Amino acid sequence: MTMTNAVMGAAGEHMHHQISVFNAQSPQAESIVHLFYVDLAISAVIFLTVTALVIAAVIRFRARPGDAEPYQDPGNPRLETLWTVIPALILLGLLILTARTMLAVNPPVGDRKANVVVMAHQWWWEYRYPSGVITANELHIPTGTNWLLSIQSADVIHDFWVPSLGAKMDAIPGHPNVLWITAQTPGTYQGTCAEYCGAEHAMMGIRVIVQSPEEFVRWEQGQLHLPVAPAGEEIERGARLFADKTCLNCHRINGTKAVAGVGPDLTHLADRDTIGSDLLANNLTNLTRWIADPQAIKPACNMPALRLTGVEAHDIAVYLESLK
Amino acid sequence: MSEAAKSHGTLTSLADIKEYRGVLSWVASIDHKQIGIMYILSGFFFLLVGVAEAMIMRVQLARPANHLISPETYDQLFTMHGTTMVFLMAMPLLFGFSVYLVPLMIGARDMAFPRLNAFGFWIYFFGALMLYFSFLAGGAPAAGWFSYAPLTERGYSFDHGIDYWALSLLVMGAGSVATGINLIVTVLTLRAPGMTLRRVPLFVWMVFINGILVVLAMPPLNAALVMILTDRLLNTHFFTPATGGSVLMWQNYFWMFGHPEVYILVLPAFGVISEVIPVFSRKVMYGYGLMATSTVAIAFLSFGVWIHHMFATGLGFAVLYIFAASSMLIAVPTGIKVFNWIATMWGGTIRFTTAMLFATAFLIQFTIGGLSGITFAAIPLDWQLTDSYFVVAHIHYVLLGGTLFAMVAGTYYWFPKVTGRLMSERLGKWNFWLMVIGFNGTFAVLHILGVLGMPRRVYTYPDRPYFGLMHSVSTHFAYVLVLGLLVFVFNMIWSLFKGKVAGPDPWDAWTLEWTTSSPPPPENFERVQTVRGRRPLWDLKHGAEAGAGKEGQ
Repeated sequence: MTMTNAVMGAAGEHMHHQISVFNAQSPQAESIVHLFYVDLAISAVIFLTVTALVIAAVIRFRARPGDAEPYQDPGNPRLETLWTVIPALILLGLLILTARTMLAVNPPVGDRKANVVVMAHQWWWEYRYPSGVITANELHIPTGTNWLLSIQSADVIHDFWVPSLGAKMDAIPGHPNVLWITAQTPGTYQGTCAEYCGAEHAMMGIRVIVQSPEEFVRWEQGQLHLPVAPAGEEIERGARLFADKTCLNCHRINGTKAVAGVGPDLTHLADRDTIGSDLLANNLTNLTRWIADPQAIKPACNMPALRLTGVEAHDIAVYLESLK
Repeated sequence: MSEAAKSHGTLTSLADIKEYRGVLSWVASIDHKQIGIMYILSGFFFLLVGVAEAMIMRVQLARPANHLISPETYDQLFTMHGTTMVFLMAMPLLFGFSVYLVPLMIGARDMAFPRLNAFGFWIYFFGALMLYFSFLAGGAPAAGWFSYAPLTERGYSFDHGIDYWALSLLVMGAGSVATGINLIVTVLTLRAPGMTLRRVPLFVWMVFINGILVVLAMPPLNAALVMILTDRLLNTHFFTPATGGSVLMWQNYFWMFGHPEVYILVLPAFGVISEVIPVFSRKVMYGYGLMATSTVAIAFLSFGVWIHHMFATGLGFAVLYIFAASSMLIAVPTGIKVFNWIATMWGGTIRFTTAMLFATAFLIQFTIGGLSGITFAAIPLDWQLTDSYFVVAHIHYVLLGGTLFAMVAGTYYWFPKVTGRLMSERLGKWNFWLMVIGFNGTFAVLHILGVLGMPRRVYTYPDRPYFGLMHSVSTHFAYVLVLGLLVFVFNMIWSLFKGKVAGPDPWDAWTLEWTTSSPPPPENFERVQTVRGRRPLWDLKHGAEAGAGKEGQ
């Protein structure tokens, strides 16, 4: 138990922003917050009215000894019309604001092609860029652009939700969805899968890395290059083990025999901050532990424990950490 | 008929009724009162089961990164908790109140179809047992109480939990339709002479509308359950997108049932509140006509709001606008009720019995649940808050702070009628304050967790600022809430044996059930006088004085 505490704490250290609907970091999220303030104000007024009336009734009309039977008021159509019409008008106003905010947050897409495909899996995220870059669990987007995400699922229903960047959107098999995000400030933003999707729904974190357009282009170019070939004894041993121990049945590493697309693409694993879907800081110790026994860290995840020796796990981890 | 039952005054406990002695008299009973009691006891039993499941989850969540229970266990627990509370606790509890009280309140001998009534109860009872048998048969269902496809398909849920879930809901659904029909026919055909539809007690009005809701809402669920069963057992493709199925079709079917279901769980509670508040305020219900018509409006609209459970599934804006409008519109008749209840208290002389205390807390807590509900109707807010802890807070404010509080109020109010004994008011005050403090402490804080990005249905969570603290607060108040519930259960058991003898009409109430003995004899009434107003017992007590015979004409 303490081990996992440390594990989940590690990912927490890298958090740069308080996750909150109110900490809006995109125009989409800001529009929603404005609507939320209006909604909260309306709710507060109605709640305080109802509560004040109930408390007043409780205090003023509590039965006292000797009270006569009170006047039997059957109702007053005028008053009842009042508390039918006033709430209806308030809600009509809220409805108009709702429609306006919807258009601001998720306007129609037209023929626009998505800037990135978000493919949800049990229990990790795959990101595919039109440039051919495929990466996992860390979404890179540039600032200042209306970025269009195509949200899809490879298995069950998931949901892409990064509160500080705006709306959530379901990832539904057979029903691709779209979501706009216009990031403003470089930084790291966290979110999570919001639709229950099976045993490890709890550990399906989202990490969005917002970069300046220049940095983003540099990152994308870097991802398109093949990783450096294995050099050095440990790394070469790790590369051989990666093939021999069936890792390549599920994972892809460009430029090698590993071409499968079942699990996360590992071509540039060493460039990532975290592993396990925003679960653990990406370093040799954590990666070795993960490879040795992923089930101890993320129980029920689809990667099996392969009964590797400690040295084997270490060597594979060293190899993967060389993939830049 | 026994001599005791003939002279109503001498009946003081269920044990006095010869016809109710022995297990067989209950198992083979077609008496609506025995069936109602069995429904209510089953409901309270499953309440305790559901609470136990919830408490295991709350202990697990009390601190971050906790691994007390496995993800698979947690997923089974929240699925069974939701399914239990909706289908095994709330619906039977409400049906129990309905079938026990409706014949008494309209001056009838029994339900219109007594055997169908027994069938409804027993099919529910065995359906519930079948659902729990899944724990022994390889694992309980683990796809949540609304079981979204394709997670429920065999490829993702390969043990038999989902099969048990779908089969037992199907069985119970058939029973619910039968009971719905029975309630509709009973209200339409068995009312006492003179009791026009404008004179029936509001509880009966709401149960009547509820019967219509049940009959119309269950078929989409039952159809969807058959489809998922054939998908799983016969390899059909209703919900498998790879072979032409549609997973959103499940959601449409489920919520076409599921949203009316929310009102099915709330309308009888409205009915209880509409009886308790007038009697303890000593005033007639304010705006009886609007209370009844707003109930009809809610029932009608409740079939046109289901998409608001699917606002984040990427539907077209035209559909979204319409369902945002209808979802806000349904708040209007609900708001009317709250204001009419307050107006009933206003100017009255209010006796704060335990029943009235629970009804008062209901008003405020249900308002909070209603306001957070409007938040989801404002679609962009739904896009942020749905599937988060904000929803968890909302549903519990509506169904626990609302429905369950109302049913506890109803229990304190009608317990003396059912058993002949008053519940202890002293224990009742403890019951009330523990539950109010425990409930609000447990669930208010969950709104904030949702706003801070906490998704629902996770077995553990990372150590983010305040997450552990807020969950710990929630868990500790949950202990208080459980203590309150235990006091409630203890009060019922203690009062059954030691409670003060109630007499036929302990609250100086107005409706027909209080004209007969407590508990009522098997035949309910020796004779029912012609009803000439909305408060037949008041008319009886006051003779032809002012007011009698004027209402509801």
